[in-house]
Amino acid sequence: MNVAKAVVRRILVYVVFGFGTAFFALPMLWLLSAPFDDPPTYAVRPPRNFSLENLSQILDNRYAVPSLVNSTLLSVGTMVLVVVSAALAAYALSRANVPGRDALLYALLLLSSVVTGTAAMVPIFLLIYQLDLIDTHLGVILVLTGGLLPAAIFLLKDFIDTIPRSYEESARVFGASPLQILRHIVVPVARPGLATIGVWTIVQVWGSFLVPFLLLRDPDKQPAAVLLRTFYTEGGSPNLGLIAAFSLLYSIPVVLMYLLAWSRYGFRFHGGIKS
Amino acid sequence: MAAITLTRLVKEFPGGVRALDALDLTIADGEFFALLGPSGCGKTTLLRTIAGLESPTSGTVRIGDRDVTSLPPGARDVAMVFQDYALFPHMTVVENIAYPLKIRRQPRAERTAHATAVGEQLGLGGLMARRPAELSGGQQQRVALARAVACRPSVFLFDEPLSNLDARLRLEARTFLKRLQREIGVTTVFVTHDQAEALALADRIAVMEHGQIRQIGTPREVFGRPANTFVANFIGSTPMNLLPGVVAGEHVEIGGQRLRLPPEARGAVTEGEKVTVGVRPEYVAVSTERTDGGLAGNVAIVEHLGTSSLVTVEVDGLLVGATVPEDTEPAPGAAVWLVPAPERVLVYRDDGTLVGAPAR
Repeated sequence: MNVAKAVVRRILVYVVFGFGTAFFALPMLWLLSAPFDDPPTYAVRPPRNFSLENLSQILDNRYAVPSLVNSTLLSVGTMVLVVVSAALAAYALSRANVPGRDALLYALLLLSSVVTGTAAMVPIFLLIYQLDLIDTHLGVILVLTGGLLPAAIFLLKDFIDTIPRSYEESARVFGASPLQILRHIVVPVARPGLATIGVWTIVQVWGSFLVPFLLLRDPDKQPAAVLLRTFYTEGGSPNLGLIAAFSLLYSIPVVLMYLLAWSRYGFRFHGGIKS
Repeated sequence: MAAITLTRLVKEFPGGVRALDALDLTIADGEFFALLGPSGCGKTTLLRTIAGLESPTSGTVRIGDRDVTSLPPGARDVAMVFQDYALFPHMTVVENIAYPLKIRRQPRAERTAHATAVGEQLGLGGLMARRPAELSGGQQQRVALARAVACRPSVFLFDEPLSNLDARLRLEARTFLKRLQREIGVTTVFVTHDQAEALALADRIAVMEHGQIRQIGTPREVFGRPANTFVANFIGSTPMNLLPGVVAGEHVEIGGQRLRLPPEARGAVTEGEKVTVGVRPEYVAVSTERTDGGLAGNVAIVEHLGTSSLVTVEVDGLLVGATVPEDTEPAPGAAVWLVPAPERVLVYRDDGTLVGAPAR
């Protein structure tokens, strides 16, 4: 009796898991098959009529490949700015006794969801307009950096807190200057944390739509996430061939980067340091 | 090689905590010097002030013939070994040892050769390419030592270098440390809260309490003639017997019994003065027959310590410890007489200071 119950329970568990997996796997499978089908449909199925026509069309598109370059510029630019500023800020906040430090960090974290949130878009647009940064990548990078910094500082400070101060003191006794300590000790020891923040920033920027959509008017400057919305046929219906092929190109860099970072650092946020 | 001279050294932390209280101390060239005390007594602060990691509120620190009070740590020519060893986890053993030389801009080949030589001298041959996480605690400690040795400082500063090792390894490392210091002959200051470690290693010990030095002396002096009841209590693996009494002629009355005063205390105390008599359990003989000049009591507890046993005897409501060789323990409850070795009896005044000539 009990055995039968266990078997039924196990079957039910697998059925539920199966549905869950299928739910998340179907879009991925579509992404893998649709770009190679001619003509593609919404159905998830192996390509009926295998062809590279969609891919060659997207490569011929005047905006497609440049938009991926734009996405890379925005992501890498924001990543560098976020990692450098967050590392310096987190190091200082971790090592110096600033009164009300934790309250400040939590307040920043809370406000940051407003800064890049929809509610702040009008003031941000006006601000960037007054700064004369509309239609520039720099403007987008600055706004995205502002939005991501608090969370990055918060995560990195936690990470740097786990690095014993005795490392730095030891280097100081041996005569190392503050910059040498940062370069020789703190940055290498904090590298897994910095890498995590870097990857996280790139993924955030790669997928961000609203900020570049509002701040970049010139289609030559728009990133992939923004360009994707323009693939319509003349009749006004979505051009599935282009969308599928472009989505595939759009996902590959992020997946590759994620795999690379994961294999090198394993995203260990704690336990990377043992004294 | 250099002597260390501290003059009227004060360190006050924000909030008014006085970690060092007008401290004067001279550590001789080549000396192995221990700073001993309970936690919070200021010993680590003192070491960090010598290193330059803390700056004193007032007073001066001299190393050799230089006043280093306002110099940064790197300019003081000291090497420090931290309690957690502070080995850099992303560098190999040889890179760790060579790091101080890298800061001094020695060419890579030269510093690697030097670091390898020092590492081998300290028994780290074959481990040079490993990272600290792949070493045992004892090996990590040696890497930390090698890194300090490699930069040839004029002073070594050790912050509880043995406390992260397990008991057996600690003994081994202790011997190793002492031999190393003898060989190199560099002035060494080390901090410990373990009195046995201080007694075993140091040429001289400073016992600290509340930011002040309560006694400075050789291990023999500090163990044999503690200058006050604090030191008497702190030093020794079995605590010293401290018995309250009242001076009566050439004797002290303890409970209802009398103990003869040691010669140097006889003229120095006044009739009826309240005193504390101190005597180590190791210097108390236990007799099962009535003995003149002994304290009569009954055995309360017998604890085995290996080659000896600690016998706790109840004397008129006071508990007095005495050690006896193994297999000669009296039975619990037996009537015994305790006879302290006369030259080992110490008399402390009511304020805790030793009567008669202090150790130095």
